[in-house]
This record gives sequence, C-alpha cells and structure tokens, in this order.
Amino acid sequence: MNRGLLRGRGLQIYTWLVIAWLALPIAVMILFGFNDTHGRYNTSWQGFTLKWYGKLFEIGDLTQALVNSIVIAVLTMVVAGVLGSLIGLALGRYRFRGAGTTNLVMFAAISCAEIVMGASLLSLFVTLAVPLGFWTIVISHVMFSISFVAVTVRARVMTLDRSLEEAARDLGAGTWATFRLVTLPMIFPGVLAGSMLAFALSIDDFVITNFNSGSTLTFPLWIWGATRVGLPPQVNVMGTLIFAAGVLLAVANALLARRRA
Amino acid sequence: MTETQAGTGADVAAAPTSQTVPAIELDNVVKEYTSHGEVVRAVKGVSLTITEGEFFSLLGPSGCGKTTSMRMIAGFEDPTGGVVRLHGEDVTGVPPNRRDVNMVFQSYALFPHMNVWDNIAFGLKRKKVADAEIRRRVGETLEVVDLLGREKRRPKEMSGGQQQRVALARALVNRPRALLLDEPLGALDLKLRQHMQIELKRIQREVGITFVYVTHDQGEALTMSDRIAVMNDGLVEQLADPREIYERPATKFVAGFIGTSNLLGGTVQEVAGDTAVLALGAGDRVVIPRGGTVAAGDAVDLTVRPEKITISREQPAGDVSVVRGTVSEVVYLGTYNSYMVVLADGAEITVFEQNAHDSSTTAERGDTVWLSWQPRHSFVLR
Repeated sequence: MNRGLLRGRGLQIYTWLVIAWLALPIAVMILFGFNDTHGRYNTSWQGFTLKWYGKLFEIGDLTQALVNSIVIAVLTMVVAGVLGSLIGLALGRYRFRGAGTTNLVMFAAISCAEIVMGASLLSLFVTLAVPLGFWTIVISHVMFSISFVAVTVRARVMTLDRSLEEAARDLGAGTWATFRLVTLPMIFPGVLAGSMLAFALSIDDFVITNFNSGSTLTFPLWIWGATRVGLPPQVNVMGTLIFAAGVLLAVANALLARRRA
Repeated sequence: MTETQAGTGADVAAAPTSQTVPAIELDNVVKEYTSHGEVVRAVKGVSLTITEGEFFSLLGPSGCGKTTSMRMIAGFEDPTGGVVRLHGEDVTGVPPNRRDVNMVFQSYALFPHMNVWDNIAFGLKRKKVADAEIRRRVGETLEVVDLLGREKRRPKEMSGGQQQRVALARALVNRPRALLLDEPLGALDLKLRQHMQIELKRIQREVGITFVYVTHDQGEALTMSDRIAVMNDGLVEQLADPREIYERPATKFVAGFIGTSNLLGGTVQEVAGDTAVLALGAGDRVVIPRGGTVAAGDAVDLTVRPEKITISREQPAGDVSVVRGTVSEVVYLGTYNSYMVVLADGAEITVFEQNAHDSSTTAERGDTVWLSWQPRHSFVLR
C-alpha cells in the first residue's frame, strides 16, 4: 500500500513537472506581453501594463507580416484541404495503378527534412524562373501540408462502411448527391482535422518559407529578423492571441465532441 | 414466360400466381470476377422468376452466389452474362439509383449523421416528393415498423432491433416494386430474430410488396418464404416452396443443407410395379418410389428425415421400409429424443422420437433396434 501511495505521488509530481516544462515558455511569453518595458529589450520585468494590447498594430511591418501569414495559412488550409482530401479519398477507396507510388510520395513528403524541401523548392522556382514572393510561399505550403491532409482523410475513409454509399445510391441518389449527402459528411471530421493541421503547419513555418519568400515577410520571418535588434512586446501579444485562439478552438472541439457523444 | 426453368423443373410450387408480368426475372445470369489474375465464377448461370407479391428466398451457404445474385438485381453488380428484368423491363446496366427496388443491408447501413426521420425520408427527398407527402408517408411507415416517437433519435442511440426496423422503414417508405433483404436479421440475437421473422412476414402481407430475402439460415427461409431457391456453388439446386424443399429435397446438397437428413446408399434388387426394393444388409428391406428411372442393379442414394423414422425393439409388420442397427447414442432434447443408430454397413442414421408418452426411451445405448418408415417418406437423390 505504501509503495502504491508512493508510486501515485511520484506519478503526480512527474506529471506536473512535464506540464510545467511545456507551459513555462508559453507563460513567459504571455507574461512579457504585459511588461511595461521602455528600452529595446523585453527581457527583464519592469511592471504591469496593458498598453501593448492598445499599440498592437503600431508596427506596420509586423502587422503586414501577420496579415500575410494569416492569408497564406487560410489559402493553404483551403487548397491543401480540398486537394489533400481528394487524394486521401482516392487512396482510401480505390485500388489503382500508381496508388503505391502516391503513398510513397506522401510519406516521403512528410518525412523529408524541411531544409531539403525548402532548398529543392527554391532551385525549382529559380530553374522555372518563377518570381519568389507571396505565391511561391503559398505553393510551398500547400505542397508540404497536402500529405498531412491526405493521410488524415485516408485514415477516415478506410473506416467508412461502403454500404452507406450503396444505400444512398439505392435510395435514388446519383454520384454527386451521394458524395454531398453521405460521403462528405462522414469524412468531414478527417477533412476538418487535416485542414486545421495544414493551417497550423503553414502559420508557423520558417525554414521552407525562408527559402522561397523573396521579399515577402511572414510573421515568423519578421520575428527572426527582429531578434537581432530586440523583440518588441507586440510580438508577445500577438503570440498570446494566436495561442488563445488555438486554445479556444481546442476547447470548442472538446465541448462539441462531448455533446455529440 | 410463366414459371421457373430452374431447379426441379416439373415440381413447380404453388406460388401466389399472377397473370401479370413477373416482378423479377434472372435469365441465365453469370457473374465472373477477376481476382489475382484468376477468373472466379460467383454465379454460373442462374435463371429464376419471382412473382409479384411473393416472399422469395435465396438460401445457401456463404459463397454460393446468393448475395451476388441479389446485388445484380439491385444494380450494384453488372452481370458478366445474361439478363436481369424488373417487371419485364431489361435493366441490365441500369445504375441502382434508377431501379425501382430498394435494399435492406446486412449492416443496416443507416446514415449515422442523420436522425431516424431523415434516414427514412432520404429516398423520398431524392425523388423530390412534396414535403407534406413526405411527412405523411414517413409517419405511416414509422407506424408500420412500430417506431413512432423515436424519429429524432440517432441510429447509434437505438438497439439492434430498432436499427433493423429503421433500415426496413427507409426502404419501404419508397414503395419499391420489390424489396431486397440481405441477411437482415443476421446481427440479432435468437429471440429477437424469431420475433422479427414474424414481423417481416406481417409487414410483407400488409404492404403487399415482393420481398427477395437472402439468407444462409434454413429455418428463417422455411418460416417466411412462399418459395425458396436453394443455391450452391453459383447454381440453383432446387426451387420450390418450403414444404417441397423439406419433404422432397431434389439433390444430395439440398437434403444435407436443409434440416437433418439421413443418407442411405444401396443397390436396386428388384423392381415391382411403381416401387423398387433396395438391398442393404441382412433382413433389411428398403422400398422406394421408383420414379420411372430406376432399374435393377442401379446404385442409388436415398434420404429419410429423422422424424419420419419409427424406432422399435420388435420387427415391425406391414409394407414399410425396414433396417436394423445398433443404438450408439441417445440424447434427451426435451420435446423429443434423438437416437444415433449405426447400421451393419457403418452408415449412421439419426432418429427423432416425439416425447409424447413419458420420460422413458424406447431403446438404450447398445440395443439392437429396428428402424422403419413409409416408403413415400424416402427419396432418391440425383
């Protein structure tokens, strides 16, 4: 009994240590968004203030970079979401010539080092004389996140009972109506999860973006540039807000799942 | 085209006859698949005619082609050869959404993201039926399957039996010309299955729609069907009404698949009038209806059902078939006793004795007994 108690307590301490380890950097980031700093460096505590929330959009370049990042992430989410879902549907549903190769390419794209993918995309764009900038970033992001969507959707498709679609057809639905009314609603959780993943991968990507951005700045690129001269507290505030949005989505998802169950 | 060309040919059962066009016709239908470079023939030429309003069963072991045959009627598979007709119209190659038949799937295939009402209304909405008419018909159908008040439930919130009835309602509400049921009771427990068998039969009578029922469960088929096609290895072995199938199995396969039956082999000794006498062991005398085709010296197989055999300690008198054997097993089964009797040539015969008198049994293990039956209860098998 003593040992069991000890083991229980030990596990508790360990759990809290892991949580602290994960949460501490985030806590510091949030905290320094409230720091009343006056110098260039936001590294020592000077007192509490809310003024950075008021001056959030006062640095024009940073705001533009954040807008770029969000627009690119949304585009990536939609394009990779649609294309990746179609690939996942095909791979999960049909046996066709090239299915094995497609699977392999998907896996290669997921496991490939970002630095390699970024460099090879750059040489591709240079070879084809594509001007680097906003659209090359979008193309790169779609390219590396599409496999994540496809894999997520494929997993969902493979658990789908095929007789559901047969039932729809039997009840008078044509090919398109069957997809719209039965297939899509059934695989939608997978499509949603894959698309959100694409959004998350896109908004914080640095390595691949750095190769293919030209003169366009995204949020991570701007921060990387600013670290050499000192990060303004607005970065902390934006980080806090992005984090809060993520937490809100996660909570909403958990609540929705509980209500559905 | 009037009656069936398959199975027993002459032994056409008394189906609910109708002078109109048959509901469903399969005309020499063949289905081949290519699997790993090899051609598999799932259905090897099935011809059958299903009459309007009939409860028709396709019965057979798994892999016999019964489900494939049904899927060709529904339109999920295209036949490699032959023609499928629905009400006289050739529908070969017509997609399932343009065929006026509906299917109840083995897994029910209820749409999990829709409630009961939306599941049932799905087909009517696809056909652009007016809202008021949809409400009326879904309501009516819910009443038929006894699910009123549960229309807002999701399928997964319901028991297996209720899901089964939703699946039935979803198909019935469209008033199809024929309803196809693919082992719909397979997932239910025994009590519920028996209850649903009677329910299905009642619903079929009420709505008057042709039912085509696929099952591997002979009891189910015998209970519900007007006629049964027993299938094996891609072919119809016998097509007849349940009584005929049970009492006069046409082939060894049918005799073995339906109920318990005893197989006896022997040589024809003499032919007298319309009967033939079979030689088995010493003192045995097996008389069979001659059926026109048996000659002296022929080796024949015949079958007798266990409940048609009388077991006795003394040699029975009269014009009956008689064999002798030794009791190897006696099993008390409540409503009847089951004896296993071994004959001189090693053949094992099962005998059921109705437990009508008292708890004692006629013979015990090791006893020598006489088994007898009326010649008309045994049949020569093809």
